[in-house]
Amino acid sequence: MPVRIHVDRDLCDLHGQCVLTAPELFRFDDNDELQYNEDEVPEALAAKARSAASVCPTSAIELRE
Amino acid sequence: MSTPRRILVVGASLAGLRAAEALRSEGFDGELTVLGAEPHMPYDRPPLSKDVLTGSMARADIDFRIPDDLNAEWLLGDAAAGLDVERRVVTSASGRRLGFDGLVIATGSAPRRLPLLEPGSLEGIVELRTVEDSLALRATLERKPRVVLVGCGFIGVEVASSARELGCEVDIVSLDPPLIVAGKLFSDVCSEMLLDHGVRMHIGRHVTEVHGDGRVEAVALDDGVRLEADVVVAAVGAFPVTDWLEGSGVPLDNGVVCDASCAVHGVPGVVAAGDVARWTNPLFGEAPMRIEHWTNAAEQAGAAARTLLHGSGQHTAFSSVPSFWSDHLGTRLQSVGLPLLADRLEVVDGSVQERRFVAVGYRGEEIVGATTYGMVRGLLRYRVQLGQREPVAS
Repeated sequence: MPVRIHVDRDLCDLHGQCVLTAPELFRFDDNDELQYNEDEVPEALAAKARSAASVCPTSAIELRE
Repeated sequence: MSTPRRILVVGASLAGLRAAEALRSEGFDGELTVLGAEPHMPYDRPPLSKDVLTGSMARADIDFRIPDDLNAEWLLGDAAAGLDVERRVVTSASGRRLGFDGLVIATGSAPRRLPLLEPGSLEGIVELRTVEDSLALRATLERKPRVVLVGCGFIGVEVASSARELGCEVDIVSLDPPLIVAGKLFSDVCSEMLLDHGVRMHIGRHVTEVHGDGRVEAVALDDGVRLEADVVVAAVGAFPVTDWLEGSGVPLDNGVVCDASCAVHGVPGVVAAGDVARWTNPLFGEAPMRIEHWTNAAEQAGAAARTLLHGSGQHTAFSSVPSFWSDHLGTRLQSVGLPLLADRLEVVDGSVQERRFVAVGYRGEEIVGATTYGMVRGLLRYRVQLGQREPVAS
């Protein structure tokens, strides 16, 4: 099932665990703001997206079908 | 192996929850039961020494979100008491007998205790593991007591930070310098920050006497110093909760001994994850390791779940670059890899004076970890590099 990533900016505390876990989908920009893939997650990266969500210390990442 | 129809997860904290979630997302549609010793749905522990203590997070804020479609039965407030691997049954403290085809061991760890400082032996002698511990300590700290902290690992330093934020007087008593597991450089910086925040440090010392009648009044140290205390928090590390597995045939050696896929050695259909699991990390080979980090519990539980469904082997091996964080004294320490293995740290970015820097840990010429105060972005390339290590054949 294709998923999209949603990050709740109110919950995000910029730990960067998602960036460390799935740099293909999440990154810090030059202002240390979190940026992420807002398109449909490619099938090959779906497991990575799930891992990133599961290691977010503030549960800020939601995968929506 | 055949696909299990009934899976029992023992432990209802982060690892137990993530295992249950992963079982479902991997397509397991059989009976799923989670047994938990605490009378609560899974909640997040890191805030217990920080935001919950300072009052910036409420009790309800630390509950984990449970997926609507998890479809698990939760048996809470009932600890596992025994395991019969032949009959494939777990017995509980209340006398339940829970049969299973597949078992996830995720009973976590419990605080180590010092004979002189048994929690509750005097009123005011406490430890910090559960939400009840945290809420009780928060109520105490609101009265601005004199706090003596025994131990200065992550929990100790975080509690010191929270207690100072609330205006309490804080003394730390510890054999080791603060956060020594992060290496001497970070330990030194942490020491300076603690002193700047008005924490008094008694390093290389231990408690030899506890004074008080019904409630603690003071502790004496081995150098003769007496510290007045209204509350004494012992935070001297943790041990894996495996007492219920003694004699079961599950191999125990500082945790449940697992293979690279988190499958328990010699016991088919049983896996372990989180603080309780000691597994061979293919990325670091060497001795099996047991890791008490939040992130490890979260990731390893997924790996253990996949092993239960798809079998142990290279396809389910849990190759992990460990990582942890600690928020304290207005900053954040973060680490990737195993800086403990390093024989030297090299500062590669930022400034130690400004307490915002990245240091890489080397063992010989090999990078084994990287740690930062305040510059998580600087860890990324090392995280990637560590993830590309050649797996060590086991």
